Amino acid sequence: MTTTSLNLTKKYRLRHYTEPVVFSLMLGASFFAVLTTLGIVLSVASESYRFFSAVPLQSFLFGTEWAPSSPIPSFGFVPLIVGTLLITIIALAVAAPIGILSAVYMAEYATPRARAFAKPLLELLAGIPTVVLGFFAALTVAPFIRAMGAQVGLTIASESALAAGLVMGMMIVPLISSLSDDVINAVPQAMRDGSYAMGATQSETIRKVVLPAAFPGIVSAFILAISRAIGETMIVVMAAGLAPNLSINPLAAVTTVTVQINAMLVGDQEFDSAKTLSAFALGLTLFVLTLILNVIALRVVRQYKEHYA
Amino acid sequence: MSFKTVFTPAIPAIIAANAPKIVAQDVNVYYGEKSAIKELSITIPDKAVSAFIGPSGCGKSTFLRSINRMNDTIPSCRVTGKIAFDGMDIYDRAVDVVELRARIGMVFQKPNPFPKSIFENVAYGVRIHGLAKDKVDLERIVTESLQRASLWDEVKDRLAHAGTGLSGGQQQRLCIARAIAVNPEVILMDEPCSALDPIATARIEELISDLKQNFCIVIVTHSMQQAARVSDLTAFFHLGTLVEVGDTDAVFTNPQEKRTQDYITGRFG
Amino acid sequence: MPNFTSSPRTLKRNRSERIFRAICQSAIALTALFLVFLISNLAINAIPSLTQYVVRLSLVVDPAKVDATQIAAGDFQAIVRTAIAAEFPDVTAKPEKKKLVKLFSTSIAENLQRQVTADPSLIGKTITVEGPLAADADSFLKGQQMSVSALGENSDFEARALAKLKEAGKLTREFSWSLLTNGDSRSPEKAGLRGAFMGSLFTIAITLLVALPLGVAAALYLEEFARQSRLRDLIEVNINNLAAVPSIIFGLLGLAVFVNKFGLPRSSPLVGGLVLALLVLPTIIIASRAALRSVPPSIREAALGVGASHQQSVFHHVLPLAVPGILTGTILGVARALGETAPLLMIGMVAFIADVPTRITDAATALPVQVYLWSALPEAAFRSRTSVAILALLIVLFVFNALAIWLRNRFERRW
Repeated sequence: MTTTSLNLTKKYRLRHYTEPVVFSLMLGASFFAVLTTLGIVLSVASESYRFFSAVPLQSFLFGTEWAPSSPIPSFGFVPLIVGTLLITIIALAVAAPIGILSAVYMAEYATPRARAFAKPLLELLAGIPTVVLGFFAALTVAPFIRAMGAQVGLTIASESALAAGLVMGMMIVPLISSLSDDVINAVPQAMRDGSYAMGATQSETIRKVVLPAAFPGIVSAFILAISRAIGETMIVVMAAGLAPNLSINPLAAVTTVTVQINAMLVGDQEFDSAKTLSAFALGLTLFVLTLILNVIALRVVRQYKEHYA
Repeated sequence: MSFKTVFTPAIPAIIAANAPKIVAQDVNVYYGEKSAIKELSITIPDKAVSAFIGPSGCGKSTFLRSINRMNDTIPSCRVTGKIAFDGMDIYDRAVDVVELRARIGMVFQKPNPFPKSIFENVAYGVRIHGLAKDKVDLERIVTESLQRASLWDEVKDRLAHAGTGLSGGQQQRLCIARAIAVNPEVILMDEPCSALDPIATARIEELISDLKQNFCIVIVTHSMQQAARVSDLTAFFHLGTLVEVGDTDAVFTNPQEKRTQDYITGRFG
Repeated sequence: MPNFTSSPRTLKRNRSERIFRAICQSAIALTALFLVFLISNLAINAIPSLTQYVVRLSLVVDPAKVDATQIAAGDFQAIVRTAIAAEFPDVTAKPEKKKLVKLFSTSIAENLQRQVTADPSLIGKTITVEGPLAADADSFLKGQQMSVSALGENSDFEARALAKLKEAGKLTREFSWSLLTNGDSRSPEKAGLRGAFMGSLFTIAITLLVALPLGVAAALYLEEFARQSRLRDLIEVNINNLAAVPSIIFGLLGLAVFVNKFGLPRSSPLVGGLVLALLVLPTIIIASRAALRSVPPSIREAALGVGASHQQSVFHHVLPLAVPGILTGTILGVARALGETAPLLMIGMVAFIADVPTRITDAATALPVQVYLWSALPEAAFRSRTSVAILALLIVLFVFNALAIWLRNRFERRW
């Protein structure tokens, strides 16, 4: 009878050499995310530093005139951020009610069959490239709004904040509705049962119990939506225009941070001019702004999840 | 299989003494194709505590949820037969569940206060049903309800605090106060103490005994001791049928059915 | 007997219930309406460009204008001009002759050159050459423009000339294959999407090659190997934040690092692909982690139980089971990259490029950028072509998404 011996000591097989290598490859791969962030911060910040050595920070942050191409260029950030916020507000005014009500419908009212129709619909909208929405905004919505304005005697700029904002709002609807749908579904059924057992109707339960309970999650969905709207480029490039008007009139033409980043970089020009570098300063501002919004949103959502865990 | 229910004694004393509040006749409940309650008939007396006992999955909670039509919220659920509240069939087409549930309150297994202040939790039902004349009236109703739920002394200084910040037992009494506030006639309790510690349980049981002066209380419990302590009428459910019903003392001391006896002596369940 | 019928107050509450419900439904309906309007608007705009008026000219390949030894130097435009004049013998004034020439696309001469180059024996013979009408004439015939001139000037003379051609049976309306087979052009009737298709293909190939291995490796590390540590938290926070950084910022990164620091060729699919890879990396990591997480621990334990090493259990058992989920997430990520425009503008993939790219370092554009470029052009014919480009883009995206859904339904396992 032969005995098979089981050698339990560490044999120096091939895998003892390969496994550490594979492990460090995976570690390296996951470090790419950190590297990307670092790359963004370092590259954009260093170009911005060069910009700010030519243009003082306060005249950038508080300047009310943006005229990078004039003989005496001025780089005032205020008209850009005001235009960005104006369009963001219009977008949110469209997306917030539609997004939340769609989410309520899907989470509370829709039969499984209706849900099977509505959910892909929103995913379809979410999948439409923004360049397509920009085309639609510039060539269909804007002329339509202009014609409507002419009917009632209003002069509306052909590149109005309203057209860009409305279409951007539709772009954000799927984001708000899918995040809100998640948080509404996370509200425990016991909460609804408690309300129904009191004799509340379904809409009373939704408005007075479910939505208040889901409120922090919905707030974070809003914050993420704002961040998305501020960073959106194509819709505003195509539909909002380049005019740096300091205006909060939704019928006027305004410009945004992303539009100007694009305008400063498209076309052939020397890479060292203040005009080109200003794109990086705008990019840095945009990055910091959206980062702050995202961090806040993630924190709110985490607290919300802990609350119901 | 016979769905015949045994009465212990033939006419339970509590049913003879008190007016009948809820009378169920030949009730069947289905979840899709699956039958959860079979041919159930029972009379539930007013101003008394009736306990539903039985092993888990026996249908006691399902039947409880049929009494205030909470099963309506489950799309696949279907109820046949008749459940009458003071003689009115609650499954009649003319019945508005909103009105019905205002008169039949419910307390759940896990305390489920709304994510609002203590005051707003109690005021919720009063507001939606428009029961308070003005703000003073609303405050009076909230105060009274909290007092009747014996929670007032513990929370009177922090009515604006979140209801979810209370202890489990306090939360459950808050839910009872919430149910009382709309002045129902019946209070259904679905294992109200199963998530609570013994001390909190004792307080709730004490409260139940107080409340039966004014309400018809139906309690589902998996604790036979609890049924024996708080109830006047005990109904034993098994596999979707009502096996035996009678005065609590009689059912626990002298059960007529072998299955009841096996359950209360701990042979299964 | 108690009365449970609705009180007046409850009737009011029930009415507000119905109203609220209707409002919620109309929110979804509004979204659906928007989509329907968007797509049908695009389709209607696209229809005119799907067909093109093609003219057949019979002409003499004049040996005086083309030398058999130097075909490339031949004056084919002149031959076509002569043929056009021959179609309208009663037109003699020079300005009017010029107007006639403008009705025909210059690609007729290019087609002629191609034919003659392929078969030099045609020189001296009479042959028939096909080619499109110029875009303005084409748009006029389709009723897109009131006048043959895009500026709306009087064009009765041109209109009569076109009517004459049509009556003579020289015009046919054909499917515009050139829209798919040509590169970009300044003339609408010659402009096609092939360059943009190839640019997108190269770009997405780079994106996939870079992002998929990196993404899966990172997901494996984070989900299967990393211990709870500061480092892991740092990486996770980074990934979550990167997922929400505006895409234009990735373009700035690409411009500053890949183009300016590393000196990679500007406007090339190589740089575009790298930028989009960084952009979709968080998406792929998040989807891959979810796929790995859905593999139950019992599989890992079973592998470890028969003596597999930790890595063996992951690579032999867990990863293969997670592949469908990873692929689904990857396809969705790539579909997103395919529709991205803003980062590509930053790295200069936005120039007018007539040549179809053949290498990843060639200057190129991509499908969504082509949409952007064409949308800015004034001609009505380009507007319609933009709609076609958009529909082409949407169809590609639809195919990607359908593939992802098919994969998910086909291989998804419920544990």
